[in-house]
Amino acid sequence: MIPESFAYSAPTTLDEALALLQEHGDEAKILAGGHSLIPMMKLRFASPTHLIDINNIPGLSYVKEEDGYLKIGAMTKEVEVEESDIIHNKYQIFIDATKLIADPQVRNFGTLGGNLAHGDAANDHPAVMIALGAEIEITGQEGKRTVGIDDFFHGFYTTAVDEGEVLTEIRIPAASGNYGSAYHKAERKVGDYATAGVAAMVQIDDQGRCTRAGIGLTNVSPLPLRAKRSEEVLIGSDLSESVIEQAAQYASEDCSPSEDLRGNEEYKRHLVKVITKRMLKKAISRAK
Amino acid sequence: MTKKITLKINGTEHTMEVEPRMLLVHAIRENASLTGTHIGCDTSSCGACTILIDGKSAKSCTILAVQADGKEIATVEGLATAEGLHPIQEGFHLNHALHCGFCTPGMMMRAIELLDKNPNPTEEEIRWGIAGNLCRCTGYNNIVSAIQWTSAKMQGKELPSTEPKFV
Repeated sequence: MIPESFAYSAPTTLDEALALLQEHGDEAKILAGGHSLIPMMKLRFASPTHLIDINNIPGLSYVKEEDGYLKIGAMTKEVEVEESDIIHNKYQIFIDATKLIADPQVRNFGTLGGNLAHGDAANDHPAVMIALGAEIEITGQEGKRTVGIDDFFHGFYTTAVDEGEVLTEIRIPAASGNYGSAYHKAERKVGDYATAGVAAMVQIDDQGRCTRAGIGLTNVSPLPLRAKRSEEVLIGSDLSESVIEQAAQYASEDCSPSEDLRGNEEYKRHLVKVITKRMLKKAISRAK
Repeated sequence: MTKKITLKINGTEHTMEVEPRMLLVHAIRENASLTGTHIGCDTSSCGACTILIDGKSAKSCTILAVQADGKEIATVEGLATAEGLHPIQEGFHLNHALHCGFCTPGMMMRAIELLDKNPNPTEEEIRWGIAGNLCRCTGYNNIVSAIQWTSAKMQGKELPSTEPKFV
């Protein structure tokens, strides 16, 4: 399968890339890892007339803690996250998630920024970012702006990244105190989209009270979903078995999965409940 | 509009005029006439088209030829030398790790990066490591054995038995 014809540019600065985006409008697409975009172009679901390859722009790939945030450059590849020491020590949720994203070859190219900017509720990082309370930095010719993750996903394949803009950085409030996070998705086979996936984050004070909690759900709603009622029941609680049970129950009630080849609605709600419980327990054990 | 690109494949420079939409696997197979890299699913699922770009395993059906301009590419044709087979080829041969052979070039190129990053992988790490490569003949056990054998060989350790295992 071969994509429709297009023109190709590989700018070496962000300013050049933004100028090209401005010039070509919605006919242009940014090429990051390309492992979602190129398959769509081969299937002719997408036919941009201009591809702007941002792989040759230095400085967009990093994982670092700075100013109270974990900062991840948009062009950081999944494999670089998987192999980062900071991630291994403090943000194990990314180890859980990246291992389940596609396969090693795809993770050599797929980027975190691309995964989010693609705007697919079936992708795994959106739920992770919801659980961790991420902010997304978007750069345009007028400068940079920051959008909270809850305002980032607008619809199927549409996000807060407007025409002429590029997603440049992901910022996550840094782990502090007793902090733990975990992700799992049920998938039929390696590389499949989630039948259902759950991301969980908790922070616990020295008395064992939950001070922060985040729950994000993958592929069980038209948009990546924050399980708000679940978070509310967790925050301020002692994270007892019955609280976890209630949080998982709320998550399974508040999502809206649709029946497809991966299972019916009832089955998916059941998965959400079971995985929420397991991921909360895993996050709690990592926090201690 | 075509673009002039140079791919350094197995140490040899290939300069070619390509349309931006040409996939890397087609440039390798058709323009450079190296047909050891296979096209299986053409949807980045099966891994038959796996090559190395600057040492990183890549599915060449999902990368544009223009993206690989100036990069070092390794394909199965570059594995054997005048001295003999590459250890991974020897491992696949001795451990009966192929039947039809269609997945083998991609499987071996993937195994090379896996062993490069993790010279002594566990069986589980090998199975996760080749998760992006499908084989419809072997049931994978002999492929896993071949990679374990190659790991031992490359580290100068005692070689595991290559007797067929019945599981």
